[in-house]
Amino acid sequence: MKPFLLSMLNGITLAALYFIVASGFTIIFGMMRVVNMAHGSLYLLGAYIGYSVADSSGSWLMGLAGAAIGTAVAGLLLHRVFLSRYQGQDLRQALITIGLSIIIADLLLAGYGGLTYQLDIPDALYGGVRLPVAGGYPIFRLALIGFAILVYLALWLLMHRTRFGMIIRAAVDDRHMLAATGINVPLFSTAVFALAASLVGIAGVIGGSALSIAPGDDVHYLLSSLVVVIVGGMGNIKGAAIGALLIGLAEQLGLAYFPTYSAIISFAIMVAVLAYRPYGLFGRPA
Amino acid sequence: MPGTAPGSSNAPGRARVWIWLAVAAGLLVYPLLVPDFWVVSVGAQAIVLGVVTLSLTFLAAYGGMVSLAQMATAGVAAYTLAVLSSHSANAGAHLLPWPLTLLLGMLAGILAGLIIGAVAVRSRGIYLLMSTLAIAMIFYYLAQQNTTVLHGFDGIRGVAVPSILGVSLREPRVFYYLCLFIGIAAYLLVVHLVRTPFGLVLQGARDDELRMRSLGYRVTLHQVAAFGVAGFLASLGGILNLWYQGGISPGSIGMTSTVGILIMAVIGGLKHPRGAFIGALAYVLIQSFAVDVVGAHRFNTLVGCVFLAIVMLSPDGLAGMWRGLHTRKASAKAAPASTSS
Amino acid sequence: MSTRTFVKLAVSLALSGAMAQAGAQETIRIGGLATLDGPFAVLGQEAFRAMELAFEEAGNEVAGKKIEWVKESSDGRPDVALTKARKLIEQDKVDILIGPVSGGEGLAVKEYAKSVPGRTFVNGFSAAQETTLVSPASNFFRFSPDGAQWQAGLGNYVYDDKGYRKVAVVSGDYSFGYTQVLGFMTEFCAKGGTVPEKIWVPNGTKDFSSAIARIPEDVDAVYVMLGGADAVNFLSQYYQTGSDTPLVAGSNTVEQTVLSTKGPFQRRLEGIPSAHMVAAGLEDDAYKSYVETYRKRFPDGLNAPSAPYYGYYVATKAVLTALEEVDGDLSGDQAKFQEALAKVKLDTAFGPVELDENRQAIANIYVTEVARDDEGVLYNRMVKKVSAVNQVLGQDRAEFTARGVPSRDFPDCP
Repeated sequence: MKPFLLSMLNGITLAALYFIVASGFTIIFGMMRVVNMAHGSLYLLGAYIGYSVADSSGSWLMGLAGAAIGTAVAGLLLHRVFLSRYQGQDLRQALITIGLSIIIADLLLAGYGGLTYQLDIPDALYGGVRLPVAGGYPIFRLALIGFAILVYLALWLLMHRTRFGMIIRAAVDDRHMLAATGINVPLFSTAVFALAASLVGIAGVIGGSALSIAPGDDVHYLLSSLVVVIVGGMGNIKGAAIGALLIGLAEQLGLAYFPTYSAIISFAIMVAVLAYRPYGLFGRPA
Repeated sequence: MPGTAPGSSNAPGRARVWIWLAVAAGLLVYPLLVPDFWVVSVGAQAIVLGVVTLSLTFLAAYGGMVSLAQMATAGVAAYTLAVLSSHSANAGAHLLPWPLTLLLGMLAGILAGLIIGAVAVRSRGIYLLMSTLAIAMIFYYLAQQNTTVLHGFDGIRGVAVPSILGVSLREPRVFYYLCLFIGIAAYLLVVHLVRTPFGLVLQGARDDELRMRSLGYRVTLHQVAAFGVAGFLASLGGILNLWYQGGISPGSIGMTSTVGILIMAVIGGLKHPRGAFIGALAYVLIQSFAVDVVGAHRFNTLVGCVFLAIVMLSPDGLAGMWRGLHTRKASAKAAPASTSS
Repeated sequence: MSTRTFVKLAVSLALSGAMAQAGAQETIRIGGLATLDGPFAVLGQEAFRAMELAFEEAGNEVAGKKIEWVKESSDGRPDVALTKARKLIEQDKVDILIGPVSGGEGLAVKEYAKSVPGRTFVNGFSAAQETTLVSPASNFFRFSPDGAQWQAGLGNYVYDDKGYRKVAVVSGDYSFGYTQVLGFMTEFCAKGGTVPEKIWVPNGTKDFSSAIARIPEDVDAVYVMLGGADAVNFLSQYYQTGSDTPLVAGSNTVEQTVLSTKGPFQRRLEGIPSAHMVAAGLEDDAYKSYVETYRKRFPDGLNAPSAPYYGYYVATKAVLTALEEVDGDLSGDQAKFQEALAKVKLDTAFGPVELDENRQAIANIYVTEVARDDEGVLYNRMVKKVSAVNQVLGQDRAEFTARGVPSRDFPDCP
């Protein structure tokens, strides 16, 4: 019973991390139909920036803020310089972001080297608690659930209680009509891209504290975000949460019970979803 | 009669024939002019990768489907052949005659292509891209995790290359001409296929699927068959690559290798079959000689920048740039004489 | 590509060809292959530092001839390593190739070496057992021990000195993991210890929490074989569960590159026993000057020289020694040189190194425990030295090889 409970808890906490990472991706995908293949690179960029800021300031929260601002700026530049002018050309934008991801990953390798980094968790969140039945469990992992809920609520409030969010939802529904309503779509798109980048930058700091920061993480989290968003449906925060839950549980239960081929499970789910529900479990066609 | 519209005068047409002849002649005498490294590690490798890339370009240009599963398909053929061949870990095993194992490898690759196609064509556009990427990752992890047959993370090494009449196919000049022959055959197959009714239906579906369906064409069947053709091409490349490397490992079909094929296709030009080979050559040259220009460290930045520049500035890739230059010159020549354009 | 770059490229190509002809008498060309890219990038950096220092110490010349060093970078994929090895040998015309870093690359390079008998290949750091144990290449030399050798002494140490009887194993699910586990279990099981559970984690796993959940409660210790970022992730997650079952580390798990990663996971590492071909805190002068030289020469390097640094350093030193021995004579398909290289006996910072009949190193192995020095920096303090460990771990060669390569199920002592 205990290993099963632990695996479930592991799956849920991992899902929390995956959700935070994928939330930005699903917004960009849903709103602008941009498959941002540089999403993982932005995660890594945020993690490294957060580490540098936290290391020099001694504060984890400062690191978080630094990452949020740093990746927002990066996202802004990325969209303005490389993506904005090709709005509507899905494949081309995907290819551009692939090129950018290669360059960013290599430059980060040049700047930070190949060593692994780990952010210092605030003392309040370090160590373990004793849970009933499950036994010892890391506080930070439970905190992950808290972070994910915070992000979910913040995004929900943004989407459903602000004008900004209303415009995002309108864009997800029918972006061609959006321009007709008088919204400055390019400006708006850049703002949303920067917001999403900021989200994934924060995710980088969180992931870099729960786990670590190393070259190759960008590919890992890009793939996980792809799977989560495909399963959950693009532009759909609730879908992303459910997709993340599905994938997180599949991974951890797989690792616990069929470890040898467990890595295939998430991708198999993604392929199955694409074959039967091309717009994801909760998505809708444009 | 020299026409007045650009491109229809005889001069560019004749020039094109001369260019093709020059290229063909160059390819044929190439091994006689350059050292062995250039023959195999640049020339043959470029052709081999070009054939795999051709499978992607074929699907993208004529089917409108960008598939990231081509390297995985090539890997299926290569792994099948490797497992059935003599290699460093199966000394003394009973082996089938090599033409049979070669055939089995090709069949495995074609079958993989068909199955992948059947799954992938249920999506479109960017979703197809992601579906094929996920499929590629599935094959990668299968190869990495299966230790009994596929030898896991380290892969299969020391794969014996067959000999014909006492001459090993891996002999540098022999291997080059073998690759050249296969490369040209693959190219001609694609060029011919797209002019057949099959190819025309495929392109019609690329342009307007709904109309094709309403005209009664079995679009899905055509698209799956196209993946089968791509599987055939990828298998050719995969097997040649197996012989070139003398082995195969999960790294050959992982994320980096998979994206590498896409990079080659885009750099060369996603619209033309010849773009596959041009892109592969450019990539091999950069990979081999970037170290002499930018130092051993920042090869990836260089490739990424070249890739990015091409996607942004010349989406038709290097092949498109050449054609662009060509048509501009031709129209510049024809313009003064014409009155209608 | 701009015209200028193209001209530069063409000129460098022409020159490299020309130089290969003209300089054949006056220069010896040595190629270096290491992973500056991919998951082993940090190991590659160390590798090239080692070669650089070794060449500098020799004044960049050997036997009166100038050394020309050509570097190539791979990324851990055997295909790329092979392509770069071919470039070094066939295009850059190096006489001797030192490298590669990773096990899979080493296996591929060894096979390639067989097709170029007139050149010499000296392993850098790759530690797969089969590279020299199974179907070795006559021109492939490995001056560092393999992954199984690295664990010599550890099994005995944890049985005798730590009193562990039941140990669970958590390891990366690939051949290097199987090899290290073999090295540990050979001694531990022979003494009577048992391994009730082996938990294999696929490469690419970042989140080990469910693997940790499977560790049985009633074991005396957990043997962990993971490297780089995986080690950091595992150790973090392990300690945060609050488990106090002690750990035993495979060579990579507490290797210098992991100890150089700052982070909360470091709080509980002290005392973890491990074993490797390198250690810290040795008393002899050769060792002390080795470390001092590294620290002075590479101020932005690690706290102390790492294992890949040592591997490449010893390889380069061996090559230079053999070259001096034959007075730089590489004629006759390098026959004299290769013969001399096979007979090289080195006195290194970590004791004597010589080769066995498969050109595989016989060297000292050090059992260590993680400790903190006066400045609070973590290092692997030597607690025991095992001398002259050979590839068959002191057993009968025929019996050893007959048992086959290690796998998920072999060895087994539940």
